[in-house]
Amino acid sequence: MTATTDLREPPRVSGGEGEDGHLDELSTDPIALMWRVRAECGDVGQFRLGPRDVVLLSGARANEFFFRSTEDDLDQSEAYPFMKPIFGEGVVFDAPPERRREMLHNQALRDKFMRGHAQTIADEVDRMVGAWDDEGEIDLLDFFAELTIYTSSACLIGKKFRSELDRRFSVLYHELERGTDPITYVDPYAPVESVRRRDEARAGLVELVGAIMARRAEGPAPTDDDRDLLDVLMSVRDEDGGLRFSPDEVTGMFISMMFAGHHTTSGTAAWTLIELLRHPEEMAAVRGELDELYAGGAEVSYQALREIPRLESAVKEALRLHPPLILLLRVAKTELEVEGFRIAPGTLVGASPAVSNRIPEDFADPDAFVPSRYAPPRAEDQANPWTWIPFGAGRHRCVGAAFAMMQLKAIFSVLLESWEFTLAQPPDSYRNDHSKMVVQLQQPCVVRYRRRPRARTGAPG
Amino acid sequence: MKVVVDRDLCQGHGVCESEAPEVFSVSKKGVLSILDEHPPEELRPRIEQAVTFCPTRALRIEED
Repeated sequence: MTATTDLREPPRVSGGEGEDGHLDELSTDPIALMWRVRAECGDVGQFRLGPRDVVLLSGARANEFFFRSTEDDLDQSEAYPFMKPIFGEGVVFDAPPERRREMLHNQALRDKFMRGHAQTIADEVDRMVGAWDDEGEIDLLDFFAELTIYTSSACLIGKKFRSELDRRFSVLYHELERGTDPITYVDPYAPVESVRRRDEARAGLVELVGAIMARRAEGPAPTDDDRDLLDVLMSVRDEDGGLRFSPDEVTGMFISMMFAGHHTTSGTAAWTLIELLRHPEEMAAVRGELDELYAGGAEVSYQALREIPRLESAVKEALRLHPPLILLLRVAKTELEVEGFRIAPGTLVGASPAVSNRIPEDFADPDAFVPSRYAPPRAEDQANPWTWIPFGAGRHRCVGAAFAMMQLKAIFSVLLESWEFTLAQPPDSYRNDHSKMVVQLQQPCVVRYRRRPRARTGAPG
Repeated sequence: MKVVVDRDLCQGHGVCESEAPEVFSVSKKGVLSILDEHPPEELRPRIEQAVTFCPTRALRIEED
């Protein structure tokens, strides 16, 4: 787009006079900052993150511009520098849409693998709750973060690799995710405690994966039946016959494969449960729906791929109110124009699911948990393709969205079959920790569980 | 009726192909081909399903 003289600079939001601009505010209350941008500036406004300007877009028209832009205009691959030390050297954060499309079709996310994945996920939930007593308490972050390490490793890498993992992997992985303070946006290697722990955690993961690789190298060769992605990677050799991929590189690939689907699914599972427990009438409706669907003895692997409308609506509403990613970013590669404003090359450009998902013009009663908004004819997700954006939209829309929805349906099918839950804290005490770019529940976030008096597929009588 | 795909949005999930394989075909590389841009009216219900369930909202029907 060529420069024209009548383009204006996007207005700047108040505050941020210090050297680091709005960095502090982004670390303490990023959602309030982004709402203030919209309130003071409208659809296009800017704030400052350390030395860089961030143009924040919101509303359907500006979001459509954001999500339709090509890599040549708005590039995603350079927009998340803090991911590089997490994945490691040589692991790309992003792939162009063409490559993503190929990956979608050739890899584990393919539709034809979904049924097997649904069974794998159901088995993993069974395994976790198998360790429960008849009643007790769980911390939602610990529970779902561990569960989703097992489900994502089993589905994306292989069941054999998953069986070689234990809680240590999940604890270290969590430390990695915690190493995403907004300061890492400005300096990915900033001298702060969480960054030091991030790097230690990554080294710990390399050690775990290295030990698994060493055991496999000494053991018998894998058979075709149980060959998983790690076996495939270990079968690639360099000119000297050594491993082409070191434990460090393999770990980096696995971290990157699991990253997008881990904290996102974990958080959404937790928020779906919290919101259902805050709204007993919705919980009753979801339970009734599941009991009816499974009364005939349907398998989770079958049902999780089909419509479960009340449960899906509850998940969608949890996603709308508590989107796992609150700020999506790109880097402007050329001079761009949006709604009469100029975006200079090199500027960071953002869209915010946390803001757009609650725009009152598009979503009636925007702060309320109202799953019925997704039922036809309202269908507020489909009616607002550029503002209902928990999965993003357009060219970069989350390729794992269908997998995620299936996974959440499988998790709740199993959990709600045999268990009842109650909040163990005041309902409004559950909140997200926004001090990191990777948003997670703030601990404590405890709920109580109790075995259902009469499980629907339990013993007769 | 004319079936239109927005290439900015299509990611090649192939949901449309499952709904109406007479009209939609997704290659191994994930590229969607519209096999029949002006499909017969009896396919309309299934094409409407494809439009509704497209994960990226990349499809629409235009009336001739």
